[in-house]
Amino acid sequence: MLIEIQDLCYTYGEGTVYEVMALDHVNLKIGEGEFIGVIGHTGSGKSTLIQHLNGLIKPTSGRILFEGKDIWEEGYDRRSLRTHVGLVFQYPENQLFETDVLTDVMFGPKNEGLTKEECEQRAKMALRQVGISEDLYKVSPFELSGGQKRRVAVAGVLAMDPEVLILDEPTAGLDPGGRNELLNQIKYLRDKRGITVILVSHSMEDMAVYANRLIVVHEGKIAYDDTPRNVFTHHRELEKMGLSAPQITYVMHDLKARGLEVDTRALTVNEAARSILMALSLRKSMKTAEAQEKQD
Amino acid sequence: MPIIRAEKLGFNYVQYNDENEAPETIKAIRDIDLSIEKGSFVAILGHNGSGKSTLAKQMNALLMPTSGTMWVDGIDTAGEDELWKVRQKAGMVFQNPDNQIIGTVVDEDVAFGPENLGMPTDDIWTRVDDALSKVGMLGFRDRSPNRLSGGQKQRVAIAGVVAMHPECIVLDEPTAMLDPNGRREVLEVARELNRKEGVTVILITHYMEEVIYADHVYVMDLGKIVMEGTPREVFSRVDELKALKLTVPQVTELAYELKKAGVKIPDGIITPEELVEALCAIR
Ligand SMILES: Nc1ncnc2c1ncn2[C@@H]1O[C@H](COP(=O)(O)OP(=O)(O)OP(=O)(O)O)[C@@H](O)[C@H]1O
Ligand SMILES: Nc1ncnc2c1ncn2[C@@H]1O[C@H](COP(=O)(O)OP(=O)(O)OP(=O)(O)O)[C@@H](O)[C@H]1O
Ligand SMILES: [Mg+2]
Ligand SMILES: [Mg+2]
Repeated sequence: MLIEIQDLCYTYGEGTVYEVMALDHVNLKIGEGEFIGVIGHTGSGKSTLIQHLNGLIKPTSGRILFEGKDIWEEGYDRRSLRTHVGLVFQYPENQLFETDVLTDVMFGPKNEGLTKEECEQRAKMALRQVGISEDLYKVSPFELSGGQKRRVAVAGVLAMDPEVLILDEPTAGLDPGGRNELLNQIKYLRDKRGITVILVSHSMEDMAVYANRLIVVHEGKIAYDDTPRNVFTHHRELEKMGLSAPQITYVMHDLKARGLEVDTRALTVNEAARSILMALSLRKSMKTAEAQEKQD
Repeated sequence: MPIIRAEKLGFNYVQYNDENEAPETIKAIRDIDLSIEKGSFVAILGHNGSGKSTLAKQMNALLMPTSGTMWVDGIDTAGEDELWKVRQKAGMVFQNPDNQIIGTVVDEDVAFGPENLGMPTDDIWTRVDDALSKVGMLGFRDRSPNRLSGGQKQRVAIAGVVAMHPECIVLDEPTAMLDPNGRREVLEVARELNRKEGVTVILITHYMEEVIYADHVYVMDLGKIVMEGTPREVFSRVDELKALKLTVPQVTELAYELKKAGVKIPDGIITPEELVEALCAIR
């Protein structure tokens, strides 16, 4: 198993009046090459959970194993863990600090001890992957638009060439075109290079398309852990947790309630279109058959 | 009477790279003519870097035009003494609620704006109560903002603006960090303020589903307005929007695919209800 989370609890401000139990006995196993989506209401514990995976936060109790080793054991090299497990934070403006975009993205590889040429090569490749053009290389990160900042933050982590890529809301603030490009790029890295991806997002539509496994966090606990298709059949329960299913799901349920025999488990626009076309032609042929019978 | 009016509005950022290099100018806004009616609900779409935030910041004098003119309720924003008048008329809410809330208690945070206007204390608290109840957060007045959910924080941020009694609220991606529920809450608050209080709402967003309630939609590209119309008009131009790195609501896309496959449904479907009705109407 690549990553194992055993009985993880985390409390912010332990022993103070502001004590918040953010994670409550969480158990998870994450295998190599998985594309995992994490959803949950604001404050459910998603960011707290994933920051445990590269050792940024120390569990209040419980254990985090990476490739079988407890990352909080004496002598464990957590610095090198961070080059294997890359994390893109939820607020990218907090992650950018160098004088220009290219130098900023080169920061990670530089820390790994690569030569300047190698760093530059990696940085340029990563920037291309997130759709940042060359004319922005020398611009200060603080002079970028919101979406451009986020892309640069993602590039900074891609440039480290991690085996596990964790992204906390990487598409918040990206335009729809950029959202698709970035997610396709991540999917490509996962399919071609076998990296493991953990993606936190509030976009149910994106989760439906990209994740192989969907984890729902609710009040610090894991509420569901299944394929997106199965998780979204619980759309009523998800709503009670402040979430929802993709817009398509609601259309399909309404159509079915109105007597059109569609597949309510369709997840994407294409699946839904196919299912509706089939249902429509089925209904038509049944009607023609009925009409014929009456004539005979 | 327009509350926001721009004529040939232009804005350049000036960038200093190296000490010995000449500064570069970035034309973030180019020649924009715009007129937003009082009491309307307007949405602005556009890809990353197209100039939306730069335009929004002109509307409450956080930035001044490099060329052309911007009027807020008839006041030229470039006027020397008009800064605070303009800011009072047009309030802003940004993407990240954590960066906007400064008070340690919800009602203190909301009182911050009116206090700065130098109002008498009694009036301040009337305004705070009023603003909190308009966004449905009166019951949370004694709470600490950092114990609230994202959607709740964002509603408090909106209350902070509402307490200034602005005629116009500019929301710059207010829902980007929120879960579906929080997104709905914030939108509902914006629509209520618009419908019940007649506040002009200008919403910048990358979520196409949020735009369907707008009276008018502007689409930006390279600092210009390149498309405008009702949501129905704009969203029936699927291919053009995609070329601008935008998209349409999922139902609109589904309707578009079905139509391409020969299903007879009307153009411009933008809500799930419309699509369901159209499909059920096929005999
Ligand atoms: N630094 C902190 N100090 C105290 N409490 C915190 C801190 N960070 C988070 N919390 C609290 O811990 C809980 C879990 O927060 P977390 O950030 O993990 O949620 P999340 O699921 O990532 O939410 P969002 O969708 O809003 O990003 C929340 O109740 C939050 O208020
Ligand atoms: N402070 C700044 N200094 C220099 N250039 C800037 C600054 N802020 C923005 N820009 C540039 O101005 C252009 C418009 O940026 P703006 O922030 O208005 O875009 P936006 O449409 O709001 O994008 P997003 O959807 O990413 O928020 C971009 O090319 C951006 O790089
Ligand atoms: Mg979070
Ligand atoms: Mg912006």
